[in-house]
Amino acid sequence: MALQITESCVNCWACVDVCPNDAIYEDKPHFLVDDGKCTECLGDHSVPQCAAICPIEMAIVNELGEFLNPPGSLTGIPIEKLKEFGMWREAA
Amino acid sequence: MELPVISNNAPAAEGGGCASTGCGSAPDALAHLPDHIRAKVQDHPCYSEEAHHYFARMHVAVAPACNIQCNYCNRKYDCSNESRPGVVSEVLTPKQAINKVLAVAAEIPQMTVLGIAGPGDPLANPARTFETFEQLSERAPDIKLCVSTNGLNLPQYVDRIAQHNIDHVTITINCVDPEVGAKIYPWIFWENKRIFGVEGARILIEQQQLGLQMLTDRGILVKVNSVLIPGVNDEHLKEVSKIVKAKGAFLHNVMPLIAEPEHGTYYGIMEHPEPTPEMLQDLQDACAGDMAMMRHCRQCRADAVGLLGEDRGDEFTMDKIDVMEVDYEAAMVRRKVVHDEIIEKLDAKRGIVKPKADGIPQGSRAVLMAVAGKNGIVAEHFGHAKEFLIYEASPEGVRFISHRKTELYCGGMDACGDGDVAEAGATESLLERNIRVLEGCEVVLCSKIGYEPWGKLEAAGIAPNGEHAMEPIEEAVMAVYKEIAASGKLLPSAETRKAA
Repeated sequence: MALQITESCVNCWACVDVCPNDAIYEDKPHFLVDDGKCTECLGDHSVPQCAAICPIEMAIVNELGEFLNPPGSLTGIPIEKLKEFGMWREAA
Repeated sequence: MELPVISNNAPAAEGGGCASTGCGSAPDALAHLPDHIRAKVQDHPCYSEEAHHYFARMHVAVAPACNIQCNYCNRKYDCSNESRPGVVSEVLTPKQAINKVLAVAAEIPQMTVLGIAGPGDPLANPARTFETFEQLSERAPDIKLCVSTNGLNLPQYVDRIAQHNIDHVTITINCVDPEVGAKIYPWIFWENKRIFGVEGARILIEQQQLGLQMLTDRGILVKVNSVLIPGVNDEHLKEVSKIVKAKGAFLHNVMPLIAEPEHGTYYGIMEHPEPTPEMLQDLQDACAGDMAMMRHCRQCRADAVGLLGEDRGDEFTMDKIDVMEVDYEAAMVRRKVVHDEIIEKLDAKRGIVKPKADGIPQGSRAVLMAVAGKNGIVAEHFGHAKEFLIYEASPEGVRFISHRKTELYCGGMDACGDGDVAEAGATESLLERNIRVLEGCEVVLCSKIGYEPWGKLEAAGIAPNGEHAMEPIEEAVMAVYKEIAASGKLLPSAETRKAA
């Protein structure tokens, strides 16, 4: 099991600094998770650290493609506004 | 620690270099500050309205990560055409940042201040931030360092800030009430969890206030930035201003909310109203009764370069810097000449004429003197001085070196001076401790001094001097220096001094 970073990522480094497994690395066009190292923080923390600090909705997904931070969950911007501004998309 | 504040009521400047009208310049605003504080702010464009006409600043974007969300911020910060906080064109590694700073400082000698302000929170990027500061304090010791933070991680890094000689810190404080905070900060990242709403805001406010107190206790100058958000914290900011002043903040900078829908921020998308210029000014005036307000802020980018209000960042992109050859040792010499010229011009504007060491032969040794001063005047009783200002007199003139804290040994009676306060034993040890604080100084200037400390100072080889009471400090120091010269005690060797 491992989390993944999507194209929504803005390369802010926040997740890199808090990952207990050094599983996140810099890449182009955005950071990536080494799925051999990622444990989803099981045994280290009650919640995956990358998803707990990531400021960008839809940037972290689990193996099912589900957003750990779905649209609107971090900013409180209503879904209809997100759609209007092109800031919404459906999970995979 | 009680810090004096810059006057709000000084008259507006004539002319000056500011492109914008009504920037609220106040040429006299620094005149009444004690020298050691004036020395810290007189060439800092963000702390001194006057300085912003002459001195430039730059920010290096080494701190992309953040640990809170603000409703006026969008973390998609990569934009080259916008000028507002939190926006940068390229995030730099510490090594790139150092090359950039050295290149800019060599090219723009009036650049005195290097700040780390984002695009995230510098203290949420401690490794990148402190590596940059550490290297710069070694390689470019003539650049002032400052840092700007949301305050969440401040308490845990106050000691490192002090250690790196960073003596200006800006904390963004938008509220002191968690209920208000919950409308500004949707969440914070704290102790490995994302904490939403009022609870998150409560923790943030606690850490900000604690950090502010810890900084002012250490004598570090703190500017508080607040974003004026109509209908959210407009009235509340008056309360914020009172509280941060009481904790010793030096300057309060209330900035207008920027909320354009195209910026993609919560307030922008929700079409939250921005304050009108009148609202901003009314609030600044209302807070001004409590403390000094900064009115010349240009809300610059996290990678801005140049005078406030201008951005020369395009001249210093990494590809251009990579091919620049910088001889920083040579640049420092040029920089000093430029800085001294500007400071002299500013002093002249304020009517301060530096006393000249005319008649003192070149090669005469320098003398350190301690001054019990207040507001630039030899105004304190020896026993009442909470700190001594240390000046150096030399054939080059008089310059401020540092301040050294004392512990009050005098109980504060009007006719103090004979050491006859309650506990003679404790009194004696405190007095002796204070005399040790003055080590290296040959003279102590004060308005008055008692018989007992007089004798102890002389025994310690420090000449007490109360003859220049109420005179401007630098003139008094130079007058005493000339007296020492006239008595033939400025001959170079230390043996001469001891023999005399």
